[in-house]
This record gives sequence, C-alpha cells and structure tokens, in this order.
Amino acid sequence: MKSLKAQNHPLANTEYEIELLESSDFKGRFENKLEASRLFPLKPTQIEILQINMGKMCNQICKHCHVDAGPDRKEIMERDIMSHCLNVIRENKIKTVDLTGGAPEMNPHFRWFVTEIRTIDPDINIIVRCNLTIILANPKYHDLPEFYQQNNVEVVSSLPYFNPVKTDAQRGDGVFEKSIKALRMLNGIGYGMAGTGLVLNLVYNPSGAFLPGSQQGLEAEFKRKLSTQYQIEFNSLFTITNIPISRFLEYLQRSGNYEAYMEKLIESYNPSAAANVMCRSTISVGWDGYLYDCDFNQMLELKVKSPESQHIKDWKQSALHNRNIVVNQHCFGCTAGAGSSCGGTTA
Amino acid sequence: MKTYYNPEDLKKFGKIGEFQKSMADKFFDYYGEVFKEGALTAREKSLIALAVAHAVQCPYCIDAYTVDTMEKGCDEEQMMEAVHVAAAIRGGASLVHSTQMMNKAKEISM
Ligand code: SF4
Ligand code: SF4
Repeated sequence: MKSLKAQNHPLANTEYEIELLESSDFKGRFENKLEASRLFPLKPTQIEILQINMGKMCNQICKHCHVDAGPDRKEIMERDIMSHCLNVIRENKIKTVDLTGGAPEMNPHFRWFVTEIRTIDPDINIIVRCNLTIILANPKYHDLPEFYQQNNVEVVSSLPYFNPVKTDAQRGDGVFEKSIKALRMLNGIGYGMAGTGLVLNLVYNPSGAFLPGSQQGLEAEFKRKLSTQYQIEFNSLFTITNIPISRFLEYLQRSGNYEAYMEKLIESYNPSAAANVMCRSTISVGWDGYLYDCDFNQMLELKVKSPESQHIKDWKQSALHNRNIVVNQHCFGCTAGAGSSCGGTTA
Repeated sequence: MKTYYNPEDLKKFGKIGEFQKSMADKFFDYYGEVFKEGALTAREKSLIALAVAHAVQCPYCIDAYTVDTMEKGCDEEQMMEAVHVAAAIRGGASLVHSTQMMNKAKEISM
C-alpha cells in the first residue's frame, strides 16, 4: 500500500477534500451548530499545548491515517524549525509539548530536540505519539524506551484493539504482535506500572465507520484483556473518533459509508464537547514551521487565521490568542457524542 | 422498490410518539433506563440486545445493535457467540418441547 499522495489519489488534494466535506452540509453546517451553542466564531481559551508534527515519514501505513503518512513520505522537520519551536516554548510558558508525525522518532533530530525541550524546564510535559512498532523497526530504535525514561517523556500509543485481527486490519499485518512486544519493553522499564510515574497511555480509535463507545467502559475492557492475556499494564485509554479526512475519508468513500458516517457525526453534535475542542488550547506546528489550529487543519492545509503570525518564526502570542479558529465539516468529528481530542473525550 | 422493511425507517423510531405520545415517552424513558450501566455493564446489555434482536428477527434491531456492540468494543467473534446463544435457546426451546411429543406418542402407543 502507498500513501494517497504517491498514488496521485484525488483525495491527496486538500481542495478536493474540503469540497467533498462541504457537500455534507445538507445535514447541518458546523458553523451554524457553533452559533447555536454561542461558540461562533470559535476562539482560543489559552494556548497551553504546542503540538509539533515532526514529519510525515512513518514505518507504518495505517488505513485510517489522517496524515497520509508512510515510508514514501519524505517531508520532515529540519533543525532550524525546531530551534524556532524551542524559542517559542521557552518564551511563552508552554506547558505541554506533544510530538507527533508520522513516526516522530524517524526524524534524525528527534533525540536532540527532546533533550533540548527537557533542558528548558524539568516540568514541561513532553508527550511522544509513539506507534510502538518503531521501537522494533531497527536496532537503532531499540533503546527508545530508555531514552523516553531518561527525559521523562509521556508515551501515548495507538492500539485499536486487544486482538490481532482488528489491529492488523487497521494498522497492517503483524502490527499487533510487534506492538505487544514493544509494550512489554515499555512495561519492563516501568512505563504504565503503578508507582513509577512513567506514563503510558493508549489510544483506541474504531476500526471502521462507527463511533467509539464509552471511554470508561473501553478502558476497563482493555485493561482486563491486556492484563490477563498479555500481562500488559497501561495508565489510561483515550478514545478518539476518526476524523473524516485523508485516508479515513478515502475508506469512507470507497466503502460507501461516507454519507451515513457524516450524518451520524452531525446528529451526535454535543455542545459541551464543542466548548472543549482541543484547538482552543493548542497550536499545531507543521514540518515546515507553519501554524495550524490542530493537526487535522494542518493536513487540510488550513493555516491559522492570524496573518501576522502564521509561521513558528513569526510567533505572536497575542495575535494567535485573538484569532478565530478555522472550522469546517470535519470538525463534527471532535464534537460527536462524548467528544474527541488527542487526549480522548472532552465532554 | 417497495419493501416492508426500509433501513431509513429505523431513524423514525423516535417519532412513534406522533400517534400516541404519553406511552411512547414512557417507553423511551424505560428503554434508556434499561440500557444504562447497572449491575450489568452497558457492553453486556448491548450483547444481550444483539442476541435478542436475532431471536425476534428484527432487522432494525440487528443493524442498531451490530453498530452498538462494535462501538462498545465487542469484536465479531463475541458478536457471533451472542447470536449462537440466541440460536441455542431457540433450537433448545423447540427440542425441549419434543418431550411433550414423546409423552403423547408413548401415551397412545401400545
Ligand atoms: S496512523 Fe500513525 S503509525 Fe499509522 S501511518 Fe499514520 S502516523 Fe504512521
Ligand atoms: S478539527 Fe481541529 S479545528 Fe476543528 S474542532 Fe477539531 S480541533 Fe478544532
């Protein structure tokens, strides 16, 4: 399987994607729903999280990937952009730095960058979105768990299900088995184990065109199954709704589920989830330094609406704080049911 | 094409109150209460509902509880086992009545 970009797929074109998304507005426009909830225009509350997309390169090629990441993607963040990020973190009291990709660890400057962030402040919460299999992909990555531990990095990893069939169907053949091995390595040095302070959270997202159920219920089930069948421990499970963009949108269209899925998202709009969408407290940085309201807007190439501060080198806290967040129909993915964010439910 | 069952009609379920509101309201309140997390988890209740949907052969309920069990984190194997429970009870219910047939047959036989 190749990325949509390598296939020259029409959905690799963000204008086409947005056009398609907008065709779902017969069931309700996101802006109107926000208006009815007195949330339009959507404004930031406080910028606390900097989510940095270190590049689109990945060792996996998951079917639902909103980044359209994969081994054939070569876009990665250079060191000068990272230096600008470090300045912003230093000068703006950023509390959480969330490193994502692709597989962020494949960026050759990854370890340097993490160490530099840790030097700024021992209390910054550094999160790495680690796909688990990267740890086993090459001997040079085998010591990643120790590296995370030394820098007190929180690990957040996707595991769509506690069995191989569903996991591999979404993330690729053999991914479940490798993920279990990597989780054992992380547990082995204390990640996810009580009393160590080393945090290992898992992410569940549905393997198909349906919404995630209760986060609490799924977490209990995951804990029971992973512990009894695989002796694996973890801290929390975050349930995340699949946002209808990129490869998940391609799947929805190909499988004939697009309209019903959009309808379900729109019908499940929850005003309290809308009030807590993650873009109100996050700025997302692209591999080339441009700024976005979230990783999804980044993939749709919808830059922040603060013309004087659209790139990390031009960071202006007040302009970013006063901007209007760019919304469209894909945002219904964040507001359905109990809500969805990179940290799980929001309502 | 006209058919007795139309998947779109499932979405109209909530509107049955149009013809009789007070009973529909009571029913939906009760329905909501039944499916809440209780002595049984919401997940267990959803699997029971899926099995019963097959026993009563309601296509609307089968669609609805296939989605619901998947949302609650059940996999296909668990869902199929639930249907087998329904099938076993249905089959067993027929077969256990054969004792009556056997009794009667013996009663009237030499
Ligand atoms: S979902 Fe994550 S692990 Fe999978 S291809 Fe995308 S970036 Fe890689
Ligand atoms: S998709 Fe992005 S911009 Fe839209 S609501 Fe979600 S986080 Fe906010």
